[in-house]
Amino acid sequence: MTAIYGLFDRPDAAQRAFTGLKRAGVPSADITVVSGEPFEAFEFSHRDHSMILFRLALAGGIIGFVLAVLLTRGTELAWPLVTGGMPIVAWWPNLVIIFEMTMLGAIVTTVVSLLVASKLPSFRKDLYDPAVSDGKILVGVPLTGGRSEESVRQALAVGGPAVVKTTQM
Amino acid sequence: MSDYSTTLTNDLLRPLIQTSWRFWLLVVLLLGVVSLGIGAFAYQVNQGIGVWGLNWPVFWAFDITNFVFWIGISHAGTLISAILRLVNAEWRRPVTRCAEVITVFALMIGAMFPIVHLGRPWLFFWLMPYPTERQIWPNFRSPLVWDFFAISTYLTGSSLFLFLPTIPDFALVRDKTTGWRHRFYAILALGWTGTTKQWHRLESAMQIMAIAIVPVAVSVHTIVSFDFSMAPVPMWHSTIFGPYFVAGAIFSGIAALIIAMAALRKFLHLEKYLHPVHFENLGKLLLMMSLLWGYFVFAERLTTWYGNEPSEMTTFWQTQRLSFAPLYWTMVTVNFILPVTILSFKKLRTITGCVIASFGVVLGMWLERFLIIVPTLSHKYLSYSWGSYRPRTPEILLLVATFGAMVLFYVLFSKLVPIISIWEMKIGQHPQLAHEHQTADEASTMWRTQP
Repeated sequence: MTAIYGLFDRPDAAQRAFTGLKRAGVPSADITVVSGEPFEAFEFSHRDHSMILFRLALAGGIIGFVLAVLLTRGTELAWPLVTGGMPIVAWWPNLVIIFEMTMLGAIVTTVVSLLVASKLPSFRKDLYDPAVSDGKILVGVPLTGGRSEESVRQALAVGGPAVVKTTQM
Repeated sequence: MSDYSTTLTNDLLRPLIQTSWRFWLLVVLLLGVVSLGIGAFAYQVNQGIGVWGLNWPVFWAFDITNFVFWIGISHAGTLISAILRLVNAEWRRPVTRCAEVITVFALMIGAMFPIVHLGRPWLFFWLMPYPTERQIWPNFRSPLVWDFFAISTYLTGSSLFLFLPTIPDFALVRDKTTGWRHRFYAILALGWTGTTKQWHRLESAMQIMAIAIVPVAVSVHTIVSFDFSMAPVPMWHSTIFGPYFVAGAIFSGIAALIIAMAALRKFLHLEKYLHPVHFENLGKLLLMMSLLWGYFVFAERLTTWYGNEPSEMTTFWQTQRLSFAPLYWTMVTVNFILPVTILSFKKLRTITGCVIASFGVVLGMWLERFLIIVPTLSHKYLSYSWGSYRPRTPEILLLVATFGAMVLFYVLFSKLVPIISIWEMKIGQHPQLAHEHQTADEASTMWRTQP
């Protein structure tokens, strides 16, 4: 698949190119913006806002909690040894284990969710240019759905002077 | 790329790409120190635990002191970094990674000591919670099992908290290098490109991790304190131990962070990024923790003295004016009098002043851990059970080696990973404009000089 992208020096130029592409009829989801740092103040960053990671972390915490309750209670009931005069299922000390496993569940789920949502690790050829590491901001789209190279070039030009390249993905 | 970004990238990547003979000399020296500790440990494994100074009734001494001390030092990084991230303190940017690294390595060193302390370390897996072939299941009512859960959770969380924000920097190094370095950092970067979606997910994940890691960090040292306070032993069985240990851990952690930052600033020439104001801010935190530590010690001592319980008073007087008094008053001097004297005055709160106070605190906090453990065990209850303790060469070598290992890990890490987060520093160039007509450059200069 062929893709075309422009490399911009400043985020406001990238924003103009992004807006130009949208006005040219390119769906927002088809536009890739790549940068060496996040630019939260610009619209092109806002489209990916989502609370999914927070919800998944909560779910991970709940799973950790349930597993901890099962582990502590199940272990104590499977081998009912009285220790230090405490009841067989001793909830006070079990709370320590339950707390740690709850937090571990939330932390591990967050990291796994981040990797999955960001499609990492990824060693396939994505739309990317090493110039991004020199501070350039890449704005690009794949040439699919009958989209012409010329129309995309014109839309990218709205952002101002930029290096425009074509690549195979 | 702006001039600032170019200089920033070049300055922070220089240590990764250029290696002087001084680096290798330092590594060899540190390896020598670590080898001493490995040799001492091998000797102990070969000869048995009798080569240590441990003897009835003192079975916990240097190794458990080291364990508590290093777990305490580990509170420098992740906890401080997480709090600064959550409150969005702009001055945190050059500090956070330096701090997070301390956590991971200090935890690794600290967590090693319960295994070393076993005497038969090859049986360490008995500490793990699983049903054994003898059908004795783990006892979740034991604080030692709580340690396993707390430390493994904190180590996992801290390692991930350190790793996640390094991914974009690995991608940067990947793009800036060739040959084996390019291949190495390409693997570490996991294929990161920097799409808006990736940035947003990363920032969300860091926020969640920061929220989650703060209570975990607090729980870890509270649980370490439970190793003592759950036992009905004089001067240990105290409700103040949890917060007292946490405060002490943060106190020693900040001191370690100041020392590490001063060394990085000096040897990696990072004067442009680690400013005097960073040290001054950390110095203020250290001062606050010193006062808090003094408050806890006073509260603990006054309560014991006022209660006048004979078994507690025996241990109390051992530390106040008998055999352990020199160590105790040294601790008070370097943990309280020295830092408060230096850090209370703006003129003395310089980089040198902060480093002097920090070295004092690191020494003082090690002594504090030792003085919690040994005087109590050596003077527990009836006088027929009293004893003494004197460390032997293998224990001292092992202690020295832990400091060597910490520095070695830190040096090697700063050789492989940008020790200051490059992308976070770049974001710092774009603070909110203070007024409508202020240019981005003016704003950037503002935060670089007045964080």
